[in-house]
Amino acid sequence: MAHLETPGTLPARESELRRAFLSQVDIVPGGERLRKCIQCGTCTGSCPVSYAMDLSPREVIARFRAGDIETILRSRTIWICASCYACTVRCPVEIRITDLLYALKRVAMGKNIRPRQFPVYALSEAFVRSVKWFGRNYEMGLLAEFFLRSFKWINLLKMAPLGLKMLKTGRLGLFPDRIAGHADLKKIIARAEEIEQPREPVPVRTVTDEVGYKAIQS
Amino acid sequence: MEYTYYPGCSLTKTSKPYDLSTRAVFKALGLGLHELEDWNCCGATVYMSVKETVSFSISARNLALAEKLKRDVVAPCSACYLVLNKTNRFLRELPELNAKVNDALSAAGLYYGGTVRVRHPLEVLVNDLGIDAIAKKARRSLEGLKIAEYYGCQIVRPQRGFDDMEFPQTMDQLFEALGAENVYYPLKVRCCGGMLMTTANDVAMKLCHDLIACAQGNGADCIVTTCPLCQMNLAAYQDQLSAKFGEDMHMPILWFTELLGLALGLDAKTVGLNAHLEQIPEKILSLAA
Repeated sequence: MAHLETPGTLPARESELRRAFLSQVDIVPGGERLRKCIQCGTCTGSCPVSYAMDLSPREVIARFRAGDIETILRSRTIWICASCYACTVRCPVEIRITDLLYALKRVAMGKNIRPRQFPVYALSEAFVRSVKWFGRNYEMGLLAEFFLRSFKWINLLKMAPLGLKMLKTGRLGLFPDRIAGHADLKKIIARAEEIEQPREPVPVRTVTDEVGYKAIQS
Repeated sequence: MEYTYYPGCSLTKTSKPYDLSTRAVFKALGLGLHELEDWNCCGATVYMSVKETVSFSISARNLALAEKLKRDVVAPCSACYLVLNKTNRFLRELPELNAKVNDALSAAGLYYGGTVRVRHPLEVLVNDLGIDAIAKKARRSLEGLKIAEYYGCQIVRPQRGFDDMEFPQTMDQLFEALGAENVYYPLKVRCCGGMLMTTANDVAMKLCHDLIACAQGNGADCIVTTCPLCQMNLAAYQDQLSAKFGEDMHMPILWFTELLGLALGLDAKTVGLNAHLEQIPEKILSLAA
């Protein structure tokens, strides 16, 4: 991972974000292929939701290279990806773009960068808690928490007719299902969380010579 | 043939008809499905974006439990199918991740050796039984029914599985053999928006509009899919879609096991057609009569 060089000397904040991102890239299998990007734009062209993004997937990688992770973390892009993997399967240099966007989401959440207008993180966090508590997804609680936390109460009301229809057809449970082995699952999660902490900070290598083609060579 | 069944959270509630029809179809075809005892959530797409090692570990708990049973796992939900397969593949290819995950599993006295095969029911039916054998068991012909087969994104991606990543054909061949007519449907693997229906509604509504409009424009009577979330997104918001785009966006969205079940002679209730959120027209219900 140390080959993912940084152009020039970065401000302290940007350095910190870069270090956080690189340590996340480190746990994405094949994440280092990021440096192979040829900026062809196949990812952006293949993305069904790129029209609604403020930074296209191609620009995300360009911004990373330019040493501007902060802009990426504050973009709508990382939250709008729907995980369809169209970019990943078409990338001519096999960059796992979807997984890298996941890594960026993890950094944004870790650094408390949360777009209020676009609270996907609220859904993710509610989901994670649901799995931790019950071992399964508790849709009713998940959606209620999401709409409450995102201050979109009006949407909760708009969803009511659909919710009723689903209750009537037996497709929405009022109460969560808890698995028998949920104590075991909690132990597994606790141990995995312990392991996930990166043992040592990932060094950020700096290129101090002219920023250009050399900076993106491995 | 016997299989371990991993229904996944969606199939227990929001996609109950998919669960009912999968079990019924396997039974009708003489295949055994045994639900994995005390399975937990696979972690889905959301968990992957939060904690990578943790998500692989909770997903691997299911694989470790299934490994003891020495049967292939059948996972009908596209997200479960993707996540369990991804976990399997990463654990096989990355010894370091494997060690971390097995360390986490050992906290609950479990170990996963990496031998479980996770398969999709569509692929199991077509490969283990064969389209010809299924067609021979059909009690009703789907003749006169025009369908658009919609696979969604996560059943064929991100790694090449049992079918093409851009233009899969397994379902098309199956339903053609059962007498249906397949309409041209180039959006077979285009994204429905997934969870964006909740978090970025406008974006998902546009994607769903395109998927339904294309099927309607090419003369389909229904869309047939393999994914819980695709079905939900396409079926549950048809009134809102119609109002937003000023077009009639009503159309039945079936799980492939439901339509297959009807062809095999099962009745509408057995395959869960009575629990749909959208109108199921007479043309389809009469298949079950």
